[in-house]
Amino acid sequence: MSLTSGPMRTSRPARAGQYLALLAYLVFLAFPFLWLISTAFKSPRELGDLHPTWIPKDPSLDNFRQAFDEQPLLEAAGNSLIAALAAALIAVVIATPMAFVMARHRSRLTTAATGWVVVSQAFPFVLVIIPLFLILKNLHLINSLPGLIMVYVVWSLPFALWMLVGYVRAVPRELEEAAAVDGASRLRTLVSVTAPLLMPGLVATALFAFITAWNEFFFALVLLKSPEKQTLPVVLTHFIGAEGAADLGPLAAAAFLATLPSLVIFAIIQKRITGGMLAGAVKS
Amino acid sequence: MRTFRTVTALAAAALLLTGCAQAERGPDKDGVVHLRFQSLAWQKESVDINRQLVKEWNAAHPKVQVEYVQGSWDSVHDQLLTSFEGGEAPDIIHDASDDLADFSYGGYLADLTKLLPARLKADIPQQSWDTTTFDKKVYGVPFLQEPRVLMANEKLLKTSGVRVPTPEQPWTWEEFRQVAKKLTTDMGKGKYGVAWPLKEPVSATLNLGLSAGGELFHQGDDGKTTIRFTDADEVVPGTVHDQVNTDGSASAATLGMGGSDTLPGFFGGKYAMVPLGFSYRQQISQQAPEGFPWTVLPAPAGKDGLTQGVSPQTLSVAEDSPFKKEAVEFIDFFLAPENMARLAKGDWMLPTGKEALKDPSLHTPKDGWATGTALAAHLRSAPAQSVRGYPEWKDKVATPAYQEFYSGAIDAAELRQRLEKEGNLVLARYQR
Repeated sequence: MSLTSGPMRTSRPARAGQYLALLAYLVFLAFPFLWLISTAFKSPRELGDLHPTWIPKDPSLDNFRQAFDEQPLLEAAGNSLIAALAAALIAVVIATPMAFVMARHRSRLTTAATGWVVVSQAFPFVLVIIPLFLILKNLHLINSLPGLIMVYVVWSLPFALWMLVGYVRAVPRELEEAAAVDGASRLRTLVSVTAPLLMPGLVATALFAFITAWNEFFFALVLLKSPEKQTLPVVLTHFIGAEGAADLGPLAAAAFLATLPSLVIFAIIQKRITGGMLAGAVKS
Repeated sequence: MRTFRTVTALAAAALLLTGCAQAERGPDKDGVVHLRFQSLAWQKESVDINRQLVKEWNAAHPKVQVEYVQGSWDSVHDQLLTSFEGGEAPDIIHDASDDLADFSYGGYLADLTKLLPARLKADIPQQSWDTTTFDKKVYGVPFLQEPRVLMANEKLLKTSGVRVPTPEQPWTWEEFRQVAKKLTTDMGKGKYGVAWPLKEPVSATLNLGLSAGGELFHQGDDGKTTIRFTDADEVVPGTVHDQVNTDGSASAATLGMGGSDTLPGFFGGKYAMVPLGFSYRQQISQQAPEGFPWTVLPAPAGKDGLTQGVSPQTLSVAEDSPFKKEAVEFIDFFLAPENMARLAKGDWMLPTGKEALKDPSLHTPKDGWATGTALAAHLRSAPAQSVRGYPEWKDKVATPAYQEFYSGAIDAAELRQRLEKEGNLVLARYQR
């Protein structure tokens, strides 16, 4: 190892080890998804094979056909998309000015608010569901997507806020002070100076809120009654029977399709998220 | 800040209080009653039949329209509990009898005793009504049930030359143990006479235990229930334990598996027999390789013969429903003998109704229907399903205790001690 000054260099074996560990981690992460894809294209007979193969012996689209034939997947995906997009958008719009205040104006209130945000994450669904149900019922928001969206916003808001506070703190305060010197109001400063710099953080937060809402099951199950309003995770359970029995092929096909929107969105904005994460993580 | 908090608290309280005062539902402006029927049917054949029956009802009853809503077995308890608390439960509820105790004690389900038509009461045998009767009140109509049977590889049985059991001449538990040993020897290394999928060991053990006279839960003169693990209770778990740990005739690897997980091994000739619910025949018929020689055998018999515990599927009516009479009329139509038989075939289960059981298609040897139908008369209410505290005892005490016993980690004495001592502490809390 060199003792000269300059950036630390990793030895070749260590670098190879790092890549190997990374590869193992990627395989670990990808394994369930790849298995899901493989299952989605297998026939019921092949699913009962004692020695399953990665590549289906006789790949077919029958599971996809059956899944679409038996359940209103497109309708459910539409409902999920509306709920998830609306929840993500509203959560970000509400959380941004809140994060700005919490990051820039330190007081006992902001400290208490930060504590409350962390504590609120500890409440399990079952604890809040019945009071929540009664409140929404009184507001005539049971069995409606707006009601579900409201719940998703409230549910993802604390963590979204917590994320955004970190991003706002990473934006140099001097830029806002310069805007103030030029006569910009606080709102103008937030919109024209802070928000553009926060874009990676906003995207990452929106994605978090989107995926949370897209995958959420229990609130959707309890709050939506009509079949035409159900979301994708709820419809997926219709392929599962008593005592863990499942219609595995169609379930895998539908679950595979359900993961696609998240993957596509993630792939499109991946670079922005990476930048955002770094921006939030490094103190200036 | 204080003012803000007070206003917020008051607003929340007002919302909750006004939320409790719900408007009474009535017929719509045209005098049409609307009922919501939540079905848990999930397999295509079964869903199709459910939808078809609702369609037929709606066509014949323009003044009472039923909306079909598909629920899920996976989450039905939590979903119903929330709906009951919120006053938004479906009018007609599909569930299983072992899930009804909590709901009936909680006052969420209507007592159907006086609402049930004489035809339906007479058609379903008393032992089935017992599964949905709590405190002498009927909270559901049991309509589909399934015994646990042995799915067997016919070819391996024939090759081994063992006697093939029938409902008339079943194996005893001891004979079953000997057969599994012989099959294991004949099949060769790495293969087993039997695979017990016991991911959830309690209901399987208790239900099969009835055949040997095991009751485990005993009600005293004071009406309180206590657990006593007698010699009769040890027959079934003892057989499984010995097959896994002494004879090596049962695979230890499948003890943590669900039923579906064992099927590839069954199809691949690794296991000669798998004890499974009767409805697993559908999966087998779909997934088994072409020409796979499978057959359905009755579970072994004990001193009480082929008796088994079951938790039938049920139809109940929500206590909050303003249309109980109409809901029961729909149930009566839905469970008419020919309809009950259709539902049973769709779910690959047995109907509880005596008339539906006479359907000739349920007596054919194909796919083991005849064997299952012959077992119908031996099915009883699953032990303890009405005992308060049973779910907690099952999860916290019995499941880990049975799992450890089956894997050989503890012996029968410790199993007895844990089931009784820890179990009675749990039950006592519910019976104060």
